Amino acid sequence: MAETTGIKDYIKPENLVYKKTGIMTDNILHYCPGCGHSTMHRIIAEIIDEEGLQSEAIGVSPVGCSVFLYHYIDIDWQEAAHGRAPALATAIKRLCPDKFVFTYQGDGDLAAIGTSETIHSCNRGENFLIVFINNGIYGMTGGQMAPTTLPGMKSTTSPYGRDTRQMGFPLKITDIVATLPGTYYVTRQSVHTPANVRKTKRALRKAVQYQKLNKGTCFVEIVSNCPSGWRMTPVEANKWLEENMLPYYPLGDLKTPSEETSQKTNNPE
Amino acid sequence: MERELRLMKGNEAVAEAAIRAGADGYFGYPITPQSEILEYLMEANPYQTTGMVVLQAESEVAAINMVYGGAACGKKVLTTSSSPGISLMQEGISYIAGAELPCLVVNVVRGGPGLGTIQPAQSDYFQAVKGGGHGDYHLIVLAPSSVQEMADFVGLGFDLAFKYRNPVMILSDGAIGQMMEKVWLSPYRERSKTVPDWATTGKLPSRQRNIITSLELNPERQEEFNRKLINKYNEIKEKEVRYEEFQCEDAEYLFVAYGTSARVCQKSVQIARNEGLKAGLLRPVTLFPFPSERIGTLSGRAKIILSVEMSSGQMLEDVLLSVNGEVPVYHFGRMGGIVTTPEEVVDFLKLKIMGG
Repeated sequence: MAETTGIKDYIKPENLVYKKTGIMTDNILHYCPGCGHSTMHRIIAEIIDEEGLQSEAIGVSPVGCSVFLYHYIDIDWQEAAHGRAPALATAIKRLCPDKFVFTYQGDGDLAAIGTSETIHSCNRGENFLIVFINNGIYGMTGGQMAPTTLPGMKSTTSPYGRDTRQMGFPLKITDIVATLPGTYYVTRQSVHTPANVRKTKRALRKAVQYQKLNKGTCFVEIVSNCPSGWRMTPVEANKWLEENMLPYYPLGDLKTPSEETSQKTNNPE
Repeated sequence: MERELRLMKGNEAVAEAAIRAGADGYFGYPITPQSEILEYLMEANPYQTTGMVVLQAESEVAAINMVYGGAACGKKVLTTSSSPGISLMQEGISYIAGAELPCLVVNVVRGGPGLGTIQPAQSDYFQAVKGGGHGDYHLIVLAPSSVQEMADFVGLGFDLAFKYRNPVMILSDGAIGQMMEKVWLSPYRERSKTVPDWATTGKLPSRQRNIITSLELNPERQEEFNRKLINKYNEIKEKEVRYEEFQCEDAEYLFVAYGTSARVCQKSVQIARNEGLKAGLLRPVTLFPFPSERIGTLSGRAKIILSVEMSSGQMLEDVLLSVNGEVPVYHFGRMGGIVTTPEEVVDFLKLKIMGG
């Protein structure tokens, strides 16, 4: 009998190049194939793991596709009403100032129904991190127009394309919060290519580290996709994202601490 | 530390009582007639003494969701508002009930609907007692009728909230919020150094992660949760009914009234008795759970029952259910911010006795 090699022969520590992040749970992700949420969940889990923040982290999940985020990352979670995550996070951080507090919100949650909570938390300079997933559509409810839907973009509630005279313009809320003295670090990234995934991870790690300084709100926007809502294959969606979303929502830092001129005042000390 | 006697507004008493009850956080938004609560707390600045956080939120919507966030950390948190603001909070209150979080909400009621008036009313009874927000749930509702009770019910409210993991509402009104009376303040209770095991405080290796949510997409599990809530409410109905009786022993004419109306009706009882009418007053202290059984018993010797409330007749429905058609039940009350006078109540009673 000739010797055969099977997969088991390759599962050796020296061959290991990739593994499940420790604090991702074994629950099967409910996301559609190609969706940016899965990638972002993993990046967040990796950072929390690598920074040793599991026992300090309190996350706030939104209403939207990522409502079940608490099924996937093994930390303490609160599930907020639609748009209200920053209000929850405000109280959590003020009452538990030694914890690492973050919200994870989609564009409908953060920039439509929750605009007030978003703006005012950032304006008070609350010391938590906001991760904002912008895919220009309401995914969970089946592809309706979002505040960030591009001009002319079709959705189930803008079937002829977003007519800006009737439906207004896409809201660049990240640009708005960057102007507020309360924010400390504001950046816009994407996860549609491996290179962007790496950049996003670097940006998120920076945001988490800045957060520990308690010098104001850190805000990370991720320009993401929605293959199902956009009625595209994952590959088409990422191409469309690059050609259409990125010109409107250009990537990069909008505000970094070196540019910060105002003094934070909301620390009780 | 000893108890302390002070002359205070009802609203101020709530604020001071919250500090003394060892509250961890207050989140509120100004609205008449209860803005003194936030003002008092800001001036008292308890962060420097007890470590209690006080924050002016951008809206009542944000305030109640701050309460959710703090309560989910196992902290003793409260918010206060008045009718229109409490309406805005209903979504959050429903989520808090659904997530089984303990907290205290104070409603210093003013007349409505809409912007209504800033004068006292009792027209939020349905909203407070029957749910208010969406879904099957109940608040524990306490109805103070004095500045003393405004203070006392803060500590009691927190205790009940944590005992049952359920939001508690103090249903007051603009008269009790604004009037000044002497009040014995409880000694300071220290803020709790421990939190319940379900609270989100950061997952330690020694335990599973804690998740605070009101979401359950599996119908069987959601129904099971609804049944769990019903069982909790039944236990509350069994154990937490509170009421006060005033000359009910031989009462043929029974007033049922809470809060400001109950104080009015105490006088009405005296006037009626001076005129030879055997009147009595039952004052529900808890509106949920409602003292139905006691009202049912008292209806045995009653000829007429009056539900006296500053509304178009809301508690009336619970009184009717308690009496179950055995005795004639009528409603009397003024609206629009007008406080009923004791004489009006007696005149109305006499009208009904004569078959009017």
